[in-house]
This record gives sequence, C-alpha cells and structure tokens, in this order.
Amino acid sequence: MTTERDDLWLHARQEISIVELADCAGLSEAEVRELVEFGALSPSDITRWTFSSTCVARVRSAARLRQDLELDTAAFALVMRFLERIDELEQRLRHLSAERQAPQRR
Amino acid sequence: MKYKDYYATLGVDRKASADEIKKAYRKLAQKHHPDVNKEKGAEEKFKEVAEAYQTLKDPEKRAAYDQLGTGFQPGQDFRPPPDWERQFHTQGGGTGGFSFEDLDLSDLFEQLRGQQREARAKRPIPGQDYEVRVQLTLDDAYRGTQLDLDLGARTIKARIPKGATDGQRLRLRGQGGKGMNGARDGDLYLDIELRPHPLYRPAGHDLYVDLPLAPWEAALGATVEVPTLDGAVNMKIPEGTTAGRKMRIAKKGLPKPGGGEGDLYAIVQIVNPTVLSDEEKALYRQLGETSRFDPRGHFAGEKTNDD
Repeated sequence: MTTERDDLWLHARQEISIVELADCAGLSEAEVRELVEFGALSPSDITRWTFSSTCVARVRSAARLRQDLELDTAAFALVMRFLERIDELEQRLRHLSAERQAPQRR
Repeated sequence: MKYKDYYATLGVDRKASADEIKKAYRKLAQKHHPDVNKEKGAEEKFKEVAEAYQTLKDPEKRAAYDQLGTGFQPGQDFRPPPDWERQFHTQGGGTGGFSFEDLDLSDLFEQLRGQQREARAKRPIPGQDYEVRVQLTLDDAYRGTQLDLDLGARTIKARIPKGATDGQRLRLRGQGGKGMNGARDGDLYLDIELRPHPLYRPAGHDLYVDLPLAPWEAALGATVEVPTLDGAVNMKIPEGTTAGRKMRIAKKGLPKPGGGEGDLYAIVQIVNPTVLSDEEKALYRQLGETSRFDPRGHFAGEKTNDD
C-alpha cells in the first residue's frame, strides 16, 4: 500500500523546488524560469526559487499542451494564465453552487 | 494487425503536402486535446490523431506507411506486402518468427531502417505519469480511506489521507509507469471527484447544509438538532431569524491537508406546510389580521414609476 512519504495533496501549498516542479512537468529549469519571466508563474519565494504545489497541475497541463499542440513560448505562457483563470472560475462556481443549493457540477 | 487509415483520421488526401498535414493535425489536436476538451471520447480521439501525425509528419515513416498498400478498410486485418519488411524494417534477421497479429500498426514505424537506434544506447527514460479520476463519498473524504485502483498493468492499494475535496489532486510518487535504464518511476495523480451527498454540499473544505425551520421556530427562536459528519449538534436559533441566514458551526466541515478543518454552514430556509388543518388555518388567519408586517413594502416606491 502507498505510504505517507509517497503522497502529497497538491492544494496543501507545500513548497517545492524549481527542480521538482520542472521534473513533474517534464520541463527544463530554464523553461520554468522563462514562464516566470513572462509573468505566467510566480515563485512563492523568489530568493530560493520555490513554488507552491498548487501550481503543479496547471504547469503539467500547459506543458502537455505545449508539446502536443507545438506551441511557442509566448503561447505556452498565455495558456498558463488562462488555466489559472479557469481554475479560479471553477472554484468560484463550486462555491456558489454549494451556497445557493444549485445541483453540483464537475 | 488492424489497418488504420491515417490520412482519413487527419482528414487529408493521400497526396497532401507536409504543410497541409501539419495544419490538419493542429486543428484536430486543438479540438480534441483532453486538457482542453473535457468531453467523453476526446482523449481517445486525440490519441488517434496524434498517432496518425507521428507517422505522416516524418517523410521516412510516411513512405513506409504508403508502401503498405491502399484499399484497406480501417479495422481490416492485413499484412504488409512481402517486400515491405526487407525494405523498411530493421529487425535483424527477418521477422524472427514474431507474429504481425500481436502488433499494433503504430509499432511498425517505431524503428525504421536508417533511423537512429536509441534503444542500444542505454538512455535513461523516466517512467510515464498516470492520471486517474477517482470518486469519493464525503465520508471517505472526511475520514480518509483506501482504494484499490486498477491501472491496467497492475492494481495498487492507494491510501487516501484526510484533506480531500472536490477538484483537488493527490500525487502518489513513484506509482506511475516504470522508469527505464536507471531513470525514476513515474507518479500517479488522483483527480478527486466528490459524489453528491443528500445533505451536504462542499465548497473547498467548508460544507453547506440547508436548515429548514417552521415559521414559528424562526420567529420565536428555537433549539434544533443539526446532523454533522461528526454526529449531531444542537444549534440555538435566535428569535427573528430570516431566510437565507448562514449559521456557522465551526470545524464541522472537511479536514484540510496538514491539519485543521473547514466549517459547516447551515443555511436557514423557512418552510411552510402545504396542507393545513382547519385549526391551523384559523390560527394563521388570526396572525395575519393581528400582524402589521409588510413583506412587500419596498415594492410601493417602484409601482408609481410607470406614470
């Protein structure tokens, strides 16, 4: 069975290094730094170049899109921003549904 | 081996230029990519399109594919023509007895004569990550649970610690595909979906529950029992409570990862019986006559505006 050492809730806001983030997303460190330069991603600690685990799913998804859709860097960064906005909207929608007794949607 | 018509998959002519093939791929890839398109079957369709493109975008692979012949129907069982293998396939010493039946068409183009043979160089290849959607009940999320996951190649027992909520992900390190030549194994990501619950609605780690009150309970105040995932609690309803009021029951929501809990919010609803006895009707009538309450006072100002 999987154990405590092996698991991480991505929304737990655990600090991860740039190396770990790059590895998770199949990117190079340089590519992650580029995203930060474009303003598409913000380290939680700029001096230590660590990131919140909350960005992992988004970076992975954008990296897949970049590879599969053959996107250039500007488009890659833009996709990241849109994914962040989509995440925020989906979260807000869930909260509103719950408060207003609307049926749950995925 | 089943035939696949890669040109038809991309919607292009067999004589299409490299540019036309690229454009066709991009259009279909954008449409069906599972990170964009959340409909059922999108991922399947995308994989088909990607496979077709991988073969047709490479001039050597495309030539080899074209040489398989034409006139086959998609899904039809077929074999490459006798010369094909000698011309294109690099497996030393002929087929060596391996059966075409066991192959997928895409496997034929993995290694062609004249292409780089990376398999000989022991290049480390990290294991593939898997992403699986998993449905949990609120109770599973509340207490933590253990799931048996069928990943095709194997089944694993995954421990789901407390901290789950709708739309969040759990990463299980090293539970993905095997890494090759010393590279690390891939990870397993569980994408959590909470099943609807008859009472509670999650919003992050908070929970919402409707709290129906009779008109006299809301007007006069009352003590009511509210169920929580952690047993029932008694709640004091102040007199003069109105509909829609959110009443917080601290720490009775879902556990957060790393400790702490969300809250449970009871949303007051004032409900009326649909069938009244004569006695009840009489009492209501009396109340209506006695009360000076005007629920639609604010309409008065607006009504005079259409002169």
